[in-house]
Amino acid sequence: MKRILAILVEDRPGVLTRVSGLFSRRGYNIQNIAVGRTVEPGVSRMTVTLDADRVTVEQIVKQLNKLVNILKVSDLTEEPSVGRELMLLKVKAEPEKRSGIQQMVSTFRAKIIDVSPDSMIVEVTGDETKLQAFMLVMQEFGIKEIAATGNIALLRGARTTRETKGG
Amino acid sequence: MKMNGAQMVLACLEAEGVEVVFGYPGGAVLTLYDEIFKKGLPHILTRHEQGAAHAADGYARASGKTGVVIATSGPGATNLVTGLATAYMDSIPLVAITGQVARPAIGTDAFQEADITGITLPITKHNYLLTELRELPRIFKEAFYIAGTGRKGPVLIDLPKDLQAEAGDFLYPKKVEMPTYRPTYEGHSGQINKAAAAIHKAKKPLLYSGGGVISSGAHTELLEFSRCVRIPVTTTLTGLGSIPHTYDYYLGMPGMHGTFAANHALNAADLIIAVGARFDDRVTSRLDSFAVGAQVIHIDIDPAEIGKNVAAAIPIVGDVKMVLQELIKILKPGDTEAWCEQVKAWKKERPIRFAQSADAPLKPQYVISELYRLAGGDTIITTDVGQHQMWAAQYYALDKPRTFISSGGLGTMGFGFPAAIGAQMAFPKRTVICVSGDGSFQMNLQELATASCHKLPVKVAIINNQYLGMVRQWQEFFYGGRYSQTCLAGSPDFVKLAEAYGVLGLRASTAADVQAVIETALRTSGPVVMDFQVDPQENVLPMVAPNTPIVEMIGGDAL
Repeated sequence: MKRILAILVEDRPGVLTRVSGLFSRRGYNIQNIAVGRTVEPGVSRMTVTLDADRVTVEQIVKQLNKLVNILKVSDLTEEPSVGRELMLLKVKAEPEKRSGIQQMVSTFRAKIIDVSPDSMIVEVTGDETKLQAFMLVMQEFGIKEIAATGNIALLRGARTTRETKGG
Repeated sequence: MKMNGAQMVLACLEAEGVEVVFGYPGGAVLTLYDEIFKKGLPHILTRHEQGAAHAADGYARASGKTGVVIATSGPGATNLVTGLATAYMDSIPLVAITGQVARPAIGTDAFQEADITGITLPITKHNYLLTELRELPRIFKEAFYIAGTGRKGPVLIDLPKDLQAEAGDFLYPKKVEMPTYRPTYEGHSGQINKAAAAIHKAKKPLLYSGGGVISSGAHTELLEFSRCVRIPVTTTLTGLGSIPHTYDYYLGMPGMHGTFAANHALNAADLIIAVGARFDDRVTSRLDSFAVGAQVIHIDIDPAEIGKNVAAAIPIVGDVKMVLQELIKILKPGDTEAWCEQVKAWKKERPIRFAQSADAPLKPQYVISELYRLAGGDTIITTDVGQHQMWAAQYYALDKPRTFISSGGLGTMGFGFPAAIGAQMAFPKRTVICVSGDGSFQMNLQELATASCHKLPVKVAIINNQYLGMVRQWQEFFYGGRYSQTCLAGSPDFVKLAEAYGVLGLRASTAADVQAVIETALRTSGPVVMDFQVDPQENVLPMVAPNTPIVEMIGGDAL
């Protein structure tokens, strides 16, 4: 099943390599990984989405915790959490199709952020199912290119990842 | 106090109490070696960096201290790779210091540049590329701390050439502050209570202990544990020596070449207490038929080992010595009498054995048992990897921890001889014997020069069967006897080879020669190479074929 891990790491050179290297050499498949800053200086947050069963994820969490630069690993899958992904789509947009695109953009609460004579760039955020649905709709017009961030997630409520159990 | 980077390294090593380093100089460590020269730091110059890494490993395994190895950048550093992987797999504390090209040249494919931190990422516990001189003291402090605590392992520090010559202030930190690295030592008391209750209830409990017992110095506690509740013990290859072989309830080694008693006890047990062991595939063989009737208590300092291969009903994360001490306080003996009688009967009726008749070809097992008879129990044995390793594990009786040094996890041929050099450095007065094979010995025989030049009295016993024996055995059993590339014809005359290095060479081709050869070797004050020309057809038995249950033993009834 799909699992989401939040990993707090020391912001040091090579940390991403250590994490991604661990996944590949132990044969775990990452669906996507997003890295960014946190409120703490010197600490970065990685959100890893992967497909694995519970036992495998437990082993992954334990192995990740052994990496010296890792501060905290938390499996958000079974916790109430919100996850979002940001996607930019370059869509074919001949003048006669623009109003159709605009309609879909507003239905999905997306945004047009660039327009050229025959294409547009659309920005959309949401969870995986929303982005899938939006892509399906945009395919009608013709998607030229996509850039996506990968999933990022936070726990619902006041509790932070630091305050979760384990590692 | 102002110092250059190289002087700082020496100051760090001194602060860590390092008594000897193993290494090989080169362009990117010239400044460091200049300081070694000036300070007179004891240094063993090997003839290959791999030898230096294994020697530092052997030193660490024999002494319990952290081994230190130094190599230059590029090929020097990459030659450490096998040594680091060997230490990593067996959780041996090492600090490797490698030279790196000067900081401005990093990333330019400069002469003798290799990304050694990248290369060693999966085979070190941690590694560092030093880019700021002011970080040097902290990083050395952390490196020794990480290597020697928790589940021990190798740590590498990559040291750019220009940084070694740069001057700065030096202050060695007293304490390590690493919020991201905090091993758990104390076991959870609730789990310990649960374990004690399960042990009390069990009718067929078994202690299965590994290298963690030796690493944490818990051999006394392990024996006491076993004695006070009468639970038989089996020890893995890396745990050999943690229980005296004479102990009544000691069953020997389990697994692929384990004893009948150990394998059957694992199979029939209702409770397995795993102590610093990791259910390696050479022990468990087929996991779905391994110890199916047993509940598992797993005590280990590394939480990731618990539940990795075998599910644990009662996991206890902690230092095995501390956990065993807590457990012993509350243990109550259960009713294990019938079980103990059963395993003792297995042990008595089905020992491992061999036959050597006077006119038969020399048997390798006979050589090992004679080595034990003549060299005794205080001797440190190192081994290479293959048939001779298994015979040494089966027939060299051990009484003390840190007397059996062998590459268990990685199975590194070429490990034994340089490891023996390291062990001899740790204990100059004790007898150190490297049991090797004709294949393995040729992987690092250049270290004969090291032993000769440092007058290290290591005794090498080559179990010479003219084959890569273990591979040949598998070809005989599982590949229709097609001996593809396993015949080692063309090997040198090992006696003459030894002599070429100024080392005494001796040979035994029959059982009658063996005693005199060993006695001469043990009497000799310098290094000796003994060439034992044994029966090339001999196999390691019993054997569990890969992916079969551990009680399906080939040759369990041999003779």
